[in-house]
Amino acid sequence: MTNYVVKIEVKFKPGVLDPQGETIKNALSNLNYSGIESVKTGKLFNVSLEAGSVDEALNIARDLADKLLANTVIEDYEVNILR
Amino acid sequence: MKFGIVVFPGSNCDYDSYQAIKTLDLGEVIYLWHGDTSVNGCDVVILPGGFSYGDYLRSGAIARFSPIMKAIIEFAENGGLVIGICNGFQVLLEAGLLPGAMRKNLDMRFVCKDVYLKVQNHDSRFTHFCPKNKVLKIPIAHAEGNYYVDKDVLDELYETNRIIFQYSDKDGNVTDGANPNGALANIAGIINREGNVLGMMPHPERACESFLGSDDGRFIFKSIAGSVINEKT
Repeated sequence: MTNYVVKIEVKFKPGVLDPQGETIKNALSNLNYSGIESVKTGKLFNVSLEAGSVDEALNIARDLADKLLANTVIEDYEVNILR
Repeated sequence: MKFGIVVFPGSNCDYDSYQAIKTLDLGEVIYLWHGDTSVNGCDVVILPGGFSYGDYLRSGAIARFSPIMKAIIEFAENGGLVIGICNGFQVLLEAGLLPGAMRKNLDMRFVCKDVYLKVQNHDSRFTHFCPKNKVLKIPIAHAEGNYYVDKDVLDELYETNRIIFQYSDKDGNVTDGANPNGALANIAGIINREGNVLGMMPHPERACESFLGSDDGRFIFKSIAGSVINEKT
């Protein structure tokens, strides 16, 4: 077994309104940044775990995301090995 | 008749719900602790409002894994009556007992005020005592009540008459202006396919005595009690 750190990024699905992102975009416009077209928020989880291989670590990460970290009605996720 | 009110760490409308059932004199009421593994013979389970587990991750996301939720899912699958109010609705969505998800309110504000609800289905087990043409006045208090579901499920909710409450003006007109949080189709409350699980953002337990500004919430609890009596006889 090897220790891996897996990065799980959760973000809203395309087309699902992100009120926090909209509010931040407006705030940035108020700071006189003119070219900001959109801001999308998300969540980042770095999970340290034991697994037999990179593939297994990624599979565990997907499982965590499906079951808890993301609400797949409104959110997508992406998993990557950090180390 | 026995009502069970679930208490998660962070629930804060549990006692209001208890008081509502007592005031309306609908039967016995007990609390169900989140660590319990049985609904303890209850006929009705109430998931109250509040901030279960501090709303960490997403509202309701952690609560859904409590031991009591396993018992409640089984209870619901066997036809038991379950009502989730506000955070309780969010828990039901996360648990998959109702379709959809909650996003943050469109204006990013926590909104706490009386709203009007058009009752769209008077035949449900939760609304059959609501007078026809009566627009209910019930308060809301939430930051994440911006209901979302994909178009296919929304169509199904319409076709199967499962949108129970919609935010409306005081005359019952469902308008954008009456939508307090951006919820899709002004949805304030829905039931599952089998009709035994209701989720609603407004707080009927805060509107069961006229001195609180409205006692329209009593229609919902009386409907529930009536359904239990009907099904027992």
